[in-house]
Amino acid sequence: MNKRHWIIILSISIFIFACKKSEIIQEKIETFLGFQKPANFPEPVYNFTANPVTKSVFELGRTLFYEARLSRNNTVSCGSCHIQSSAFTQHGHDVSHGIDDRLGTRNSPPIMNLAWNKAFMWGGGVYDLDLQPIVPITTHEEMDENLDNVLNKLRALPKYTALFKSAFGSEDITTSRFMKALSQFMVMCVSSNSKYDKVMRKEDNASFTQTELDGYNIFKEKCSSCHKEPLFTDGSFRNNGLSLSPVKDQGLYLATLLASDRYKFKVPSLRNLNYTAPFMHDGRFLTIGAVLEHYSGQVQNLENLDPILNQNGKLGINLTETDKTKLLAFLATLNDESFINNRLLAEQ
Amino acid sequence: MKNLSIRITLLAFCSILLLASCSKEDSPAPEFAETNLAPFSVEFDNIVGDRTLSFNNTTTPYVNAKGESFSISMLQYFISNIKVATADGKEYAVKQDSSYFLIQSSDKSTRFAKVRVPEGDYTRLTFTLGVDSLRSTMGIDKRTGVLDPAANGGHDSGGMYWGWNSGYIFFRFEGNSNVISDDVNGDPTGKKQFKYHIGGFGGYSAPTINNIKTITVDLTKAGIAKVRKDRQSNVHLFMDAMKVFNGTNSFKIAEHPNVMFSDYSVNIAKNLTEMFRHDHTEN
Repeated sequence: MNKRHWIIILSISIFIFACKKSEIIQEKIETFLGFQKPANFPEPVYNFTANPVTKSVFELGRTLFYEARLSRNNTVSCGSCHIQSSAFTQHGHDVSHGIDDRLGTRNSPPIMNLAWNKAFMWGGGVYDLDLQPIVPITTHEEMDENLDNVLNKLRALPKYTALFKSAFGSEDITTSRFMKALSQFMVMCVSSNSKYDKVMRKEDNASFTQTELDGYNIFKEKCSSCHKEPLFTDGSFRNNGLSLSPVKDQGLYLATLLASDRYKFKVPSLRNLNYTAPFMHDGRFLTIGAVLEHYSGQVQNLENLDPILNQNGKLGINLTETDKTKLLAFLATLNDESFINNRLLAEQ
Repeated sequence: MKNLSIRITLLAFCSILLLASCSKEDSPAPEFAETNLAPFSVEFDNIVGDRTLSFNNTTTPYVNAKGESFSISMLQYFISNIKVATADGKEYAVKQDSSYFLIQSSDKSTRFAKVRVPEGDYTRLTFTLGVDSLRSTMGIDKRTGVLDPAANGGHDSGGMYWGWNSGYIFFRFEGNSNVISDDVNGDPTGKKQFKYHIGGFGGYSAPTINNIKTITVDLTKAGIAKVRKDRQSNVHLFMDAMKVFNGTNSFKIAEHPNVMFSDYSVNIAKNLTEMFRHDHTEN
């Protein structure tokens, strides 16, 4: 055996090893685990008994999520404004950019951890995930289509009658089946593998750096009452002191007509901020730095300002420059790269 | 002779008719049993003041109490939760799943709410104008038929589902009037359209406007409903769309040409309760 032989043997064994490894990966992809509650998350809100997640319904939902026929002229899909690489937001757009280049009035929110959401949309109005897709489908600036047309378009395609049959047992394409499939895809968009999660679950020996830990402590003291762990939102609607936008969006008030809801918007999660700029309901802040500037010095005392932001006659949150640096370090631990790269959630 | 025989035949026929109708009138109310169901219907005959309803009638427009001329292009509403009661206080509520109706005046076949109630003599009819709050918050599985958010196509073709603020439009009334301005306070498209989309079931989490209306109709004056298995008892109601404008909270189209999910809708919803009038019952 000379050196050459050794090299050949080594190459072959690497090749075999590589094959084996890819088989394992293959298997992993093919074993569909359904919806799994992360160990550090609370019980979900979504009613899974009425819509238990199965592989075939989830896959149908995924196909529908990326289906442009949901829009009037077949150009815009859910995935157009909820892009996986941007943690299912429309990165770089302050307000959503929909059909015929029309612009909405609000920032496209992430499709993330929706199984724990009690209310949907920045301004509420929708309280059941199974009814949410009707909003973007019918909104003039988004997909500008109607549900009946969407279902008829799908019914005309053998691809969909087959997919509905394999998912639900018959070829019938109904509102309920359509919505449930979309919901299954959306509830599977779980982001729970950030560094923060690993530290909390004591996985992979993960630990915070000193700066991150300091930031975490500042977060717990100054941010966590609204951005509650582990989802980093308490799901409530609040007025966080933004100055009025040019369109004077009244937020939750539009859905409730209660004066006490004027200018309140849903508290967004702080997960995946690295991928989801710009920020706030109208995307007015391009960076997290600008968001921290807002809270530390630009909070406006408008109607219904959250009392937490107006204590002892002082508006906003007291943050030093060091605090901000530390907070930014902590917030970076909430980015979940596996979420934006999860093949299961990508257009196939 | 021939004449006489005709007369006799006629007389005989009439007496049979009379006897038959007598026996019908006199048939005693059967024992009230919740399982002894028979057909019953409520007919919604849409009228406008003293005239029948016709669409886009611009040559002879309707005129409301404020003197405004208008024509109608769409009128449709939900009727649900039908209940009947006998004189001695026995009540029956139609099973929830078969108690939702969308009356669309553009489609005559939708004017009947056909249900099944126990055989009996009913002196009172109760129904909901709109969709009750429980059903308004139910899962997608329960939203079938007229409650399917995809029903009637899109909003423009008569859809009754509000997507952005989950819920149903209970009462939808549209038309045109020359009194409507062409600016943002009227109809900026220049079509001089008015739109009344009245809904609001009270809210999911916090109490919000509730325009669900329960209508009770006394049947004793214009004819009680004698529900029997061998016939179709039909309570014929007039639904006077003029009351939208001329009810207790009378208003000018020019001042409120578009009322949808807003505080003002509560005033109009009050008027809607005055629209229904019992004309007669066909037993």
